Amino acid sequence: MADSENTAASAPRVRRRLSPGRTLAWAVLIAALVITLFPFYWMIRTALTPAADLPTDTTALWPHHATLINFERVLGLTTTAQDLAAGGSGATLDFLVSLRNSIIYAGLIAFAQTFFCAMAGYAFARLRFRGRDLLFGVFVMALMVPPIFTLLPNFALVKSLGWIGSFEGLVAPSVLMTPFAVFFLRQFFLSIPAEVEEAAALDGAGRLTQFWRVVLPMSRGPLFTIGLITAVWAWKDYLWPLLVGPDQNTRVLTAALGIFLQQSPDAAPDWTGLMAAAVLAVIPVALLLVFFGRRLVESLNFTGIK
Amino acid sequence: MAEISGPVGGVALAARNRPRGTSAGAARRRRGSGARRGDGRVAWVFLAPALLGFALFYLYPTVRGAYFSFTDYDLLSPPHSVGAANYRALWHDPLYWNALRVTLQYVVINIVSQTVLALGLAWLMFRLTRSVLIRVLLLVPWLVPNVAVGLLWLWLLDANLGFVNHLITAAGGSSQGFFTTPALAMPAIAMINTWQYTGYTALLLYAGMLQIPSSLYESARLDGAGEIRTFTRITLPLMRPILALVLIVSVIGSFQIFDTISITPTHGGPVNATRAIYYYIYQLAFTQFRMGYACAVAMTLVLILGVLTFLQMRLLRASRSDLA
Repeated sequence: MADSENTAASAPRVRRRLSPGRTLAWAVLIAALVITLFPFYWMIRTALTPAADLPTDTTALWPHHATLINFERVLGLTTTAQDLAAGGSGATLDFLVSLRNSIIYAGLIAFAQTFFCAMAGYAFARLRFRGRDLLFGVFVMALMVPPIFTLLPNFALVKSLGWIGSFEGLVAPSVLMTPFAVFFLRQFFLSIPAEVEEAAALDGAGRLTQFWRVVLPMSRGPLFTIGLITAVWAWKDYLWPLLVGPDQNTRVLTAALGIFLQQSPDAAPDWTGLMAAAVLAVIPVALLLVFFGRRLVESLNFTGIK
Repeated sequence: MAEISGPVGGVALAARNRPRGTSAGAARRRRGSGARRGDGRVAWVFLAPALLGFALFYLYPTVRGAYFSFTDYDLLSPPHSVGAANYRALWHDPLYWNALRVTLQYVVINIVSQTVLALGLAWLMFRLTRSVLIRVLLLVPWLVPNVAVGLLWLWLLDANLGFVNHLITAAGGSSQGFFTTPALAMPAIAMINTWQYTGYTALLLYAGMLQIPSSLYESARLDGAGEIRTFTRITLPLMRPILALVLIVSVIGSFQIFDTISITPTHGGPVNATRAIYYYIYQLAFTQFRMGYACAVAMTLVLILGVLTFLQMRLLRASRSDLA
């Protein structure tokens, strides 16, 4: 808190004493942060609580008998008997396999989609060719189509190709493009000055060379950020991976979590196990924030600018 | 290659590049002065992957989805045309109208609460701090997969052991079965998503606030305008374009509520109270295998969202800025 106060004061304005209004405003902001973060704390707290203690150990900030058993049984490190004894349903998450699948899924989409859409966005922003505006108009129109509408026939297509349960099927609809990425990258290329490319053109570089040797290296930072946001979206995908890759060897983390929940009895859900699974699923996100938090936050500034 | 860094690497690259560059330049010169006017052929090289993806997974399914909506397709046997029967059926389908009604209920609760809270939060940040840490922390729920967020709140709102009910009983109230009471289920789901997306929305709006020239605030202060007046007379009007954009995108997103509903144990219940349109389409297609009918319902959703977006653009005059 003291830190953020300093950051605020680093703006040119003079550091002010805390007036009652400002104190109240800070209190509200801190309350918002608590409401935002406390549920995650409670998730961890529950995951560390023995299932048998849940009805009695209700509101203490730290469990009376903290344990790692829930993580162990979710990861399949315990025997089924031990799992059942600790309140489980015998189901495991196969966390590492799902983690691997999620990384492949999100990584492949983020990398390939950003690259291909950068090419297309660049063409729309810089190149002159017949039918450009019409084609771009069609892409923009596609932004309006809700994903479920294309999801149904796409599922039928992927099914008829025999791609259910394969990474080809998982990534197919988004690996080459999404209209949003094309739209967004076009705006991005429009916003950067063309002088450097023009200089390269004077040196005799063709369009492909300009793109590959000048534009891409120059825009590495923003493109990485866009790839990062694409990866976050892909990481969060649920319905499509659940439909196309439900089997163990292609099951991504979100789908695994959903299936793990279905295996837990409705009447008496295995809350401690579920929260342990949720904690495991949130860890990659936490790492992402630690490494790229500033970048992500700052990217929201420039996505805001049209 | 990676060891070569700095100017040396640059020179190496440039040298390696020379031949290809010159030949392209020569080709352009051969085509004469008109070369700069068109990049016809090379443009299609740039566009090829995106075009392929667009044709296969956007255009083709759009046409096919429209076609399926006039058939009895069930994913297993080839589709047969049934004319407009699906559309007639949905006109008389109480579950369809119910789905639209509960979706609308969700959208209203979610969008109103989320926008108001996000605006307030953005304003607080704008007036108090430029801290990156606070912004990162506010972004956390957005980064977490919806399924994990839904699971977490399923637990927090649990009728017997959930933390929220501990709070309610501690405050003298009685425990609520949030997901089993029809009147509470959809508002609960809406609040979960408001919780998840308020920070993200606030950051977008905050970015919009930063774009307003500070000179305007200074003159407002000189004129003796207070906090509230400054907000309503300067901030709000001047960030209208970005607010409009954020609203349009949030409303479209809000109509697509699915993940949270799909993990609640009531599967659209209690008594259809949470069977929103996306979830209804999903159930029609993948649990009842009525793909044709599902496509017809999805077609109507396309139309509804199209009209809604158009209306919002007109009402909010999204594309015009007052700052210019």
